Amino acid sequence: MKEYILKRLGLLVIVLIGVSIITFSLVRLAPGDPAVHLAGEHASPQVLENIREKYHLNDPIYVQYFYWLRMALQGDLGRSIESRDLVINEIMERLPMTLELTLFAIVIASIIGILAGVISAVKQYSIADYGVMIGALFGVSMPVFWLGLMLIYIFSLQLGLTPVAGRLTTGIVLERITGMYVLDSILTLNWPAFVDSLKHLILPGFALATIPMATVARMTRSSMLEVLRQDFIRTERAKGLSERSVIYKHAVKNALIPIVTVIGMELGMLMGGAVLTETIFTLPGLGKYIADAILAYDYPVVQGFTLFFATLFVVVNLITDIIYVYIDPRIKYEG
Amino acid sequence: MKRESKILGLMIAVIMLSSIFGGCADQGTTTPPSTTDATSKYGGTLVFGSSGDAARLDPADVTDGESIQRMDNIHEGLVMYEEGTTSIKPALATEWTVSEDKKTITFKLRKGVKFHKNFGEMTADDVVFSFARQYDPNNWYHSKGEWAYWGYMFSDIESVEKIDDYTVAIHMSKPNSSMMTSLAMFTAAIVSEKAAKQYGDDYFKNPVGTGPFEFVEWVKDDHITLKAFPDYWGGKAYLDQLIFKVIPDPSARLMALQAGEIDGMEYPDPAQLEIIKNDPKLQLVSQAGMNIGYIALNCGEGYVDKNGNYQWDDGEEVAVPGAFEPFKDIRVRQAIAYAINKEAIVKNLYKGAASVATQGMPPGLLGYNDQLTGYPYDPEKAKQLLKDAGYEDGFKVTLWHMGSTSRPYFPEPTGIAEAIQSDLAKVGIQVELFTEDWGTYLQDAEAGKAQMIMLGWSGDNGDPDNFLNVLYSDHVCTVGSAGNYGFKKNPPLQKVLNNALLTYDQTQRDTLYRLANKMIVDEGTHVFVAHADQNLAFKSNVKGFVIHPTDRKFFYPVYKEK
Repeated sequence: MKEYILKRLGLLVIVLIGVSIITFSLVRLAPGDPAVHLAGEHASPQVLENIREKYHLNDPIYVQYFYWLRMALQGDLGRSIESRDLVINEIMERLPMTLELTLFAIVIASIIGILAGVISAVKQYSIADYGVMIGALFGVSMPVFWLGLMLIYIFSLQLGLTPVAGRLTTGIVLERITGMYVLDSILTLNWPAFVDSLKHLILPGFALATIPMATVARMTRSSMLEVLRQDFIRTERAKGLSERSVIYKHAVKNALIPIVTVIGMELGMLMGGAVLTETIFTLPGLGKYIADAILAYDYPVVQGFTLFFATLFVVVNLITDIIYVYIDPRIKYEG
Repeated sequence: MKRESKILGLMIAVIMLSSIFGGCADQGTTTPPSTTDATSKYGGTLVFGSSGDAARLDPADVTDGESIQRMDNIHEGLVMYEEGTTSIKPALATEWTVSEDKKTITFKLRKGVKFHKNFGEMTADDVVFSFARQYDPNNWYHSKGEWAYWGYMFSDIESVEKIDDYTVAIHMSKPNSSMMTSLAMFTAAIVSEKAAKQYGDDYFKNPVGTGPFEFVEWVKDDHITLKAFPDYWGGKAYLDQLIFKVIPDPSARLMALQAGEIDGMEYPDPAQLEIIKNDPKLQLVSQAGMNIGYIALNCGEGYVDKNGNYQWDDGEEVAVPGAFEPFKDIRVRQAIAYAINKEAIVKNLYKGAASVATQGMPPGLLGYNDQLTGYPYDPEKAKQLLKDAGYEDGFKVTLWHMGSTSRPYFPEPTGIAEAIQSDLAKVGIQVELFTEDWGTYLQDAEAGKAQMIMLGWSGDNGDPDNFLNVLYSDHVCTVGSAGNYGFKKNPPLQKVLNNALLTYDQTQRDTLYRLANKMIVDEGTHVFVAHADQNLAFKSNVKGFVIHPTDRKFFYPVYKEK
């Protein structure tokens, strides 16, 4: 097992080199000049030239790559062209928010998704089954910006239950430790901040959860249907185990592997892909930040972020694979 | 033409003479902002919904509106704008005198002005530092930024010199009367040298100025908090706290305002204006913006600026790649101007939140010529002009438009381009639309690749020179770095524009710019479409906010009503 993990981490290096070369070339092949973007619409040629010089934009791509690689290997992802701040600072400042939102959304999505999927499978072709499947279809097809605005309109504006924008109401003080506000308020035993930050998290968390929720529900349903037809289930029923125990103790556990895979993949996607949710609910997260950076030709940020994310993706996948072992003892990884 | 230039020469001569005898000392008067505190006015916290986050908080190192919005409340320059106009009044300088040769302006600094956070008194050293770091390669802070604005707005400044602790002289290479307006720009704000030393590379995260609000906290993409500076020389602001909260989506921004989470917001969607007007809890604040959206017609006269001094005479004439033969005939240019229905575009595509342009710069600026009517919509006249020019059957031309890049002056570029396409089709001109990504678009525009191009301008400092000289003069027909995409040599116009920079007398400048505006409209190299309005929404209890033509937002006079 240990060897397997080491081998996978070794592969990570190759993946990262590949990813960095591809992003590096792609952002530079795209039309447009970061110098023009940075200096504004009427900058003098001299200013443009200075900027190109400073950021090595005049050198051939491979030379630029080696400049960057040399720094990256020393743990320095460079400074953002746009903000002049360190790329790693920029990422770290926004990561806690994104993590908090994503984890919250994935927990909602998993609980509701699995529950709905199980009900749907157990009561196949019932009204409940159709209900869940239609709901899931809506979930995947509903545009998140529309859903988000609707949620705000109903729950915030009409009912006044939740706030419209941001993470914390102006005036509520919270000491930042991890940057995840819900966690910070628990750590500092700050009850008002806990309630307030949770209220801010509910709508975006739910909006972000809809698509993975639907995916998880559908995956659970089909996986459960497969498991429920297997011999051991029949044996267990024949042994006289209660239906509850058959389904929740044995069938669900066996159906979990593909579901965990799906959840792991969705988690990775959500972290970088919550642009719309972040925009509509005004959450200062990574998704919107990276989208803006791409449009602004902020090369160091795009590269640093991609590298960071590729690492995260590979690690999440690795963790998922390790979880399999605990779910299904038959799975063993050879070094 | 000959007669015209004779009259012109005479006018200029008269103006020059009168400026010589008219004395040349412009004296500022000390009028600090009102500090009276009525009982009904109170401060508390004002949360303003901004459409984006600041990039950096170093006033000389930014060009984006969001950064400027924060900085304008933290920093000040030697002079500042009068409320709601672009005329200037004393700020950190109490008075100034202009030398005989008009190349040196000497400022007396206000005494006892304190920097935020106990960084001490503002003196001539800070003033010299704030400028020198932008132009002097030997200044210790020079390498820290690109100073994009310096070369563009302040290149006439040769040096800034400390005379004594409270006197500073700005030496220029040539007389430039628009410099006084430029000094009210954010780029010319005075920063604390001590603070820059202490924070070094991270100064942009720790701004220290002398303005009415001091910096407290910046949570990226979330908010920036400022608080009233108790020792402000003009008296403490009404507001105790000023928070800029980032809400990028306009619908979410308006809902946050309706729900009372924020007290004010910028850039409402045109579609939201009615909602705001009809909500008794909200108020809409509007004013014509300091911008112009235009279509330039490439006449193909350009040069290469060999000596980098923007002088056509010692440059080298070259071919302009997008030169379009029919546009060389003034009748064709006028026909196009008559054929485009600007009123309909303003009504349907700006949703009424704009005014039709009659000239190349917006109203409210010195030298705006209210006698001009531009080219009102008249397709019959357009057809006649085309016939006279020998293009009765029309021609094919490519219109470059901004695609999905929306700017205040062209909020819906594609829609506007399509409207123009159909207007011109009615007079027999076949228009093909073309667009590309914004960065490349600007580069290609400057290289003169477009036959007919849609662009615009939002003023930097509110001086007419910042419109007329950067957009329509022949100095900027520089192929590769052009600003005049009409590419037409116009020496009489250039003469007027040059002379307007030689006098510091406002009445004379007004006369010259009025004339320049007429000459630009007559030349017809640009079709002027519209000046978009600036709109802001506030809760109805927020008072005292005055829209500034430059779109800069000053919260010092703002208060809340009980």
